[in-house]
Amino acid sequence: MSATTRELTCINCPLGCLLTVTLANGEVTAVTGNTCKRGDTYARKEIANPTRIVTTSVPVDGSATERMLSVKTERDIPKGEIFNVMTVLRKTRATAPVEVGDVIVPNVCNTGVDVVATRRA
Amino acid sequence: MYDVVIVGAGVSGCATARELARTNACICVVEREEDVCCGTSKANSAIVHAGFDAQTGSLMAKLNVEGNALMWELAEKLDFAVRRCGSLVVCTSEEGIEGLNELLERGRANGVPDLRIVYRDELVQMEPNISDTAVAALWAPSAGIVDAFGLNIALAENAAQNGTEFRFNVPVENLQRREDGTWDVCLGDGERLHTRCVVNAAGVFSDTIHNMACEEKIRIIPRKGEYLLLDTTAGSHVSHTIFMLPTKMGKGVLVSPTVHGNLLVGPTATDVDDPEATNTTREGLAEVASKCALTVANVPLREVITSFAGLRAHQAGHEFIIGMPDDAPGFVDCAAIESPGLTSCPAVGKMVADIVKDYLSLEMKPEGEWVDRREGIPLLEGAPIEQWAELAKQDKAYGNVICRCRHVTEAQILSAIHRPLGARSLDGVKRRVTAGMGRCQGGFCSPKIMELLERELGLEPKEITKCGPGSELLVEEGGERRA
Amino acid sequence: MREHHDVVIVGGGPAGLAAAVATKDAGVEDVVVLERDAKLGGILNQCIHNGFGLHTFNEELTGPEYALRYVDQVAERGITCLLNTMVVDISGDRVVTAVNPDRGVFTMDAGAVVLAMGCRERPRGALNIPGFRPAGIYTAGTAQRLVNIEGQMPGRNVVILGSGDIGLIMARRMTLEGAKVHCVAELMPYSGGLKRNIVQCLDDFGIPLLLSHTVTCIEGKRRVEAVWVSEVDERMQPIPGTEIRYPCDTLLLSVGLLPENELSRGAGVTLSPITRGPIVDDSLQTNVQGVFACGNVLHVHDLVDYVSQEAATAGACAAQFVREGCAPAGRTVAVEASGGVRYTVPSCVDPNRMAAKQVVRFRVGDVYRDRYVSVYVDDVRVSHRKKRVMAPGEMEEVVLKRSDLEARPQASRVLVTLEEV
Repeated sequence: MSATTRELTCINCPLGCLLTVTLANGEVTAVTGNTCKRGDTYARKEIANPTRIVTTSVPVDGSATERMLSVKTERDIPKGEIFNVMTVLRKTRATAPVEVGDVIVPNVCNTGVDVVATRRA
Repeated sequence: MYDVVIVGAGVSGCATARELARTNACICVVEREEDVCCGTSKANSAIVHAGFDAQTGSLMAKLNVEGNALMWELAEKLDFAVRRCGSLVVCTSEEGIEGLNELLERGRANGVPDLRIVYRDELVQMEPNISDTAVAALWAPSAGIVDAFGLNIALAENAAQNGTEFRFNVPVENLQRREDGTWDVCLGDGERLHTRCVVNAAGVFSDTIHNMACEEKIRIIPRKGEYLLLDTTAGSHVSHTIFMLPTKMGKGVLVSPTVHGNLLVGPTATDVDDPEATNTTREGLAEVASKCALTVANVPLREVITSFAGLRAHQAGHEFIIGMPDDAPGFVDCAAIESPGLTSCPAVGKMVADIVKDYLSLEMKPEGEWVDRREGIPLLEGAPIEQWAELAKQDKAYGNVICRCRHVTEAQILSAIHRPLGARSLDGVKRRVTAGMGRCQGGFCSPKIMELLERELGLEPKEITKCGPGSELLVEEGGERRA
Repeated sequence: MREHHDVVIVGGGPAGLAAAVATKDAGVEDVVVLERDAKLGGILNQCIHNGFGLHTFNEELTGPEYALRYVDQVAERGITCLLNTMVVDISGDRVVTAVNPDRGVFTMDAGAVVLAMGCRERPRGALNIPGFRPAGIYTAGTAQRLVNIEGQMPGRNVVILGSGDIGLIMARRMTLEGAKVHCVAELMPYSGGLKRNIVQCLDDFGIPLLLSHTVTCIEGKRRVEAVWVSEVDERMQPIPGTEIRYPCDTLLLSVGLLPENELSRGAGVTLSPITRGPIVDDSLQTNVQGVFACGNVLHVHDLVDYVSQEAATAGACAAQFVREGCAPAGRTVAVEASGGVRYTVPSCVDPNRMAAKQVVRFRVGDVYRDRYVSVYVDDVRVSHRKKRVMAPGEMEEVVLKRSDLEARPQASRVLVTLEEV
């Protein structure tokens, strides 16, 4: 297989270097355009395994103060799972009382990551 | 059967309704929008003109001066805000003084009291921010400013108190005269109102309504006026309404305080085809921004909080059309009510009501069977703090501030919703108690007011509107998320 | 006799809470926080996304979690917080008038006042965007509240004007809730938001960022039906022929934040025409004795961590003011901005009182690459630090050493400026 390239914007600082990543057989062979080491690290991670934390809010029943409960994936999940996680969370309801850190959805979409509350309700 | 159906719930229609409500007539006001004060009456300069502009002998001149004279007592009876701040027509060249003298003479002939010319030294005393080029001005102490929403709402509420029925969201599709001389008013919802008399107070649509009834057609040209509204921080930049004397270079814009403490700049004057074209334009707003400097120095345009456009119901003859056309007995025009229509409305209402009274031989209700006073909703912004303290002692809801910019509390909003002809939308609340009219333009309070509308009117969230059907604020998914 | 409190803190958001904690920790027992909302935490409550607290707690928190850390600290210290309490007036001699449902209108004398009212969003009207005024035009923050707190959706098809961080965050938020975000238009040739947000809120979802573009028309008499977006020239004027019409039902605005200083003005506090916040010295005291300011009411921040730091300073200085009274007028050295630096906070320092290493925060007026940030004391350059890039959207700071001023007892002015490499 021949080499391909992908372009990314580095997020580590306001410089926002435009990174060009060269791939061969899916492996990163070179990162150019970065002005510091962090750009290289970011590019390799972003290509190999881009991940994100997902945050949203879900309705909560029985709370005197909150109508919606804010939640997050406790750790980052694969970027490709974002919408699958949202599909689950858009159907999720919580029940008060809830403490920060309480698990609302365990092991969401089999990612091994729990969705937890970020607010009391 | 009704005695009178009034088409249009702006100031003219409501002033007419209020006058007629003192008689034994059975009255209905029909309005195409969801509330009173949704057309020309809501988007104008909110000035109580002195009356020197209109040609001597014209109906406009007569009703302006009469309307001005009636306005102050009306404000006291119906509890809406006015301030007799006076107006200055400023000229910026020596040659202009001749023009001021013409206005002075015309004003005197029209019966405007206390007019005089003031020269630069006195002018600067009166208005320290007057432009460096200002030479002299026509001083009209009888002019003032008014809460146009408050006036319109007060007229309508007082009419309703005295038995007038109001129907909203019903455009008039047709008028048909029966053989017995009575009329059918065909509404957009399919209903027909049978009435002995029809009053056409339809503003920019008054030609459409007139032409349904009469052979001799009229044409209203919607004349757009664009405005900038500045924050209350700029409200004392001038203390009188400042007009510019028209020159060969054209007409200026006015700069005026408002009764709510803001500064108003505008309007432009552009004829348009669409009677619903209340959109502002890049050119119009730029024109207002540049022209205000002709009379007033350093207008702090950085303090603009909103812009808007209104349409005046202009007709080529530039005269109010009030009366019963020969070929349409029982149909009364109150058409082409453009500026100074707001000022004139107390007089317009009386004149139109008199025509109807004569035609139908209406009798006045006995004294004591109608009320001529109406209590408004107290506004707290700018009022003495003791008044607020007293209200909050009696009602906890006066301690719950909803609109932080204008200090509007839950109590006032509940009153706006629950009084006769109460608010049913965000804009309806805004016009009644100024919530959302401040510097954040509803950014903070809209969600809270939406919740109050939802709770108090038993609405679904998706049914809450900005200004009636079609202006829903939320889409359905949201409701489902929460349901 | 009127109710008295040593320190009254106006606002229970991140600034007010951090100020309250610092005041108490500095030994002042009688601290009251006045908060207009039903709960503490301010705008953080609706900022449910992550990215807060990396500097303060060394971990990445969501807004509600960050707020809760401070709410808990306030509770642990037993600090009185009056909720649903709106301050309606502060006088020049520190009489605070407030209103709430339980007490109605009430007043209190304050030994010191900390202003922590935050900021508001610039509304559409301030931009003079022409067109109709239909439903469906929201500031990004209002939409954020509707979605995250009320559980409502303001629209399905969205155009966003302004690439401030709230606008970017809402682009992602609306997308996650099933809306289609057509584009984010930005008047300037650069974004006002963090790079990270551009990548993770726009690029991740294929949402175009249109730099040097603005909204030139809003269609729809009742509800937004379409929004016109045009490219602008160097003078920010729309270029004819570049219009694109986006059929949509919603326009979100993220076009700037304005400190909420109406109360400050009423107290006689002098405001900066640039930040629109109070002019303060190194103790974050305004020109009105005993009135301090911190957080977004002082100048708009992009990171809450800096708000907390600044508020802690204000709280500690307010406590000192209460304990020791007004310090005798010392020497005052002006801190001035020039050469691309738009403003500094503070704008003057007292060399006898200031911290040994005084942080001076500032913003630049344009995007600058490879510039030195230089600090002069009178005509002597005392620091010189190269920055690869600076942008208006990112707050910068320099450290001013007390020793540099002590070494120059006659100096009257500090200048913060940018210099070419």
